[in-house]
Amino acid sequence: MMDWIIIHVLEKYNFWIAMFIIIISLTATIVKENLLKKLIGLSIFQTAFFLWVISLGDVGRDILTTWGLKTATPPILWAEAAEKGYIYINPLPNVLMLTGIVVSAATTAVALAIVIRIHQEYGTIEESEIMQKEMEFEKRGVI
Amino acid sequence: MLQPVEHFPVIIVGLSMFLAYTMLLVGYFNRRIQFYMSLAMNSFFLILALFILNHVLTVGPIRYWLGGWRPPWGIEYVVDAMNAYLLVIVISMIILGLIYSRDNVRHEIEERKHPTFYTLVQLMAAGLYGITVTGDLFNMFIWLEIASLTAYALIAVAGGRALRPAYNYVIMGSIGAVLYIFGVCWLYSVTGTLNFGDMRLLLPLVYDNKAVEMGFAMIVVGIMIKAYIFPLHLWQPDVYTYAPSTISSMMASVHVKVMFYILLRMFYSVFTLDFIRLYIGLDLLICWVAAIAILSGSIWAIKQRNLKRMLAYSSVSQMGYILLGVGLSPLSPWGLVGAAAHILNHAIGKGCLFMCAGAISQQEGLKDIRDFEGLGKKMPHVCAAFTIAALSMIGVPFTAGFASKLFLIIASLDAAQYPFVAILLLSGLLNLVYFWRVIDQMYFVKRKSTENAAEVVEKGKSIPLSMVAPIMILAALCIIMGIIWLTDIPLPLINHILSNLRMEVTL
Repeated sequence: MMDWIIIHVLEKYNFWIAMFIIIISLTATIVKENLLKKLIGLSIFQTAFFLWVISLGDVGRDILTTWGLKTATPPILWAEAAEKGYIYINPLPNVLMLTGIVVSAATTAVALAIVIRIHQEYGTIEESEIMQKEMEFEKRGVI
Repeated sequence: MLQPVEHFPVIIVGLSMFLAYTMLLVGYFNRRIQFYMSLAMNSFFLILALFILNHVLTVGPIRYWLGGWRPPWGIEYVVDAMNAYLLVIVISMIILGLIYSRDNVRHEIEERKHPTFYTLVQLMAAGLYGITVTGDLFNMFIWLEIASLTAYALIAVAGGRALRPAYNYVIMGSIGAVLYIFGVCWLYSVTGTLNFGDMRLLLPLVYDNKAVEMGFAMIVVGIMIKAYIFPLHLWQPDVYTYAPSTISSMMASVHVKVMFYILLRMFYSVFTLDFIRLYIGLDLLICWVAAIAILSGSIWAIKQRNLKRMLAYSSVSQMGYILLGVGLSPLSPWGLVGAAAHILNHAIGKGCLFMCAGAISQQEGLKDIRDFEGLGKKMPHVCAAFTIAALSMIGVPFTAGFASKLFLIIASLDAAQYPFVAILLLSGLLNLVYFWRVIDQMYFVKRKSTENAAEVVEKGKSIPLSMVAPIMILAALCIIMGIIWLTDIPLPLINHILSNLRMEVTL
């Protein structure tokens, strides 16, 4: 039992933290009525995902190593590192997520622009009130 | 030494990105030059794409290493028969959409937004071309986001009621994109590569790893949101209803096809059909999801009274056909032939139908199907084109839709999955029900009140040739392709697609 906890929970704590944040944020994205809160949920979802990917690259992240046995170094080549056999973190996930952050910023910008236009058009950003106004359109025969 | 044709994929993508930003500058000085510039450049890309298709069919797949870095480290562009075929479809539909948009946009979008509108269209096109030619999983995510972000903006540009659907699409589309890259990172965590071909070699060693299954599930669900496969289609009908007609037409004809192409690439080139069939046993489940999509899309379409919304639900049902072809392909090569054929046939048919819907609403101001009485006399060309495209969607013999349905029926018979034959035939009947309702209103129902008629006629200003021409070209293509698919002409293309997707059979 203890082994199971060490292997699946303690050594993979980054997975658990990321998945916990992802579930909370996705719930917010789906459940919240306010369009801005939905967007906040989406941003947290993306950020939690970046956190997870970057933690994947950190190969010195095992619970034993964080207690000081060995730690991965930044991915920089220097003479001493090769001699002492240091391991270095995988830089590729960091680079990928740098691009991912740009994409996430662009998504947020587009979504915020649309929220502003929705507020100009409907005077509200609560989804239920928007739907109510659309129902009124439909009653007047606008399809 | 590379041959000139091997540089063409990267020229198409790079030049269209460059062009998009140049067009923004040009557009603020002279809109006419901006429009003709984008038309000329895309026509140039079409010529390049035809050269690529010819090269792929005669010599073999093009592999281009960006910056000269060899594949597992650098980004690779791979163009085989499937890509080249899709690239030609995408570029041609973008050109026809641009010709159509010239007058339609004046009617539907404010004057001051036109320069940015064409810039965004070109950026979306660049994203779609990029997805089509790339051979790298992460690069595909970037192009996917470029195509999607511009699509969000292009939908919201219509203003008014398009805004809420556009926002829904931003949320759903972003979740889909993040799920896709999430899955890719699962796969990266077990294989350490992002290249399609490399991953295909490395994955079989770890097929029983849970991370691979997780990655597969996330990629498939993420792309299914983008390609509105049945249970995840809820954002789509509103988007297609309220977006500008040009954009509805472009999205229904090419945007969703390119999204679906990602799924196809994942199934055939990154994972293998063996993985789908033996390790997770998903092939028949895919078929049944597709069958439910086909039927429910058609049934919802029958209930609609807004023409564009009806066409949107019809698209949900038609995407089911393509998915059914993919689901049947492990059992019969004809499934993949049907899917590949329907990608083209649905692009021309649905593109034409959405353009007709836009033309009808521009000239007569009509959106509700029940107001279409006597339209056949007022807009004879558009109504004739609508009828031909609708017949193609229904699958009347010697139209394009018939060919793809025939291939799918052959596939289900070949795979001994007889329920799908019944579903395909039933769906043809349902298509007939909802399209006939429109055609009946157009040609056979007498106008009820005459005073109303005079008023409507005065409101309409007849639509120009630049809108009728693309509609007529697409309607003609519906018939021409219907005949071509039944002959031997596309056989080399089909055999190349089958061999490039490693189906190990020829027809």
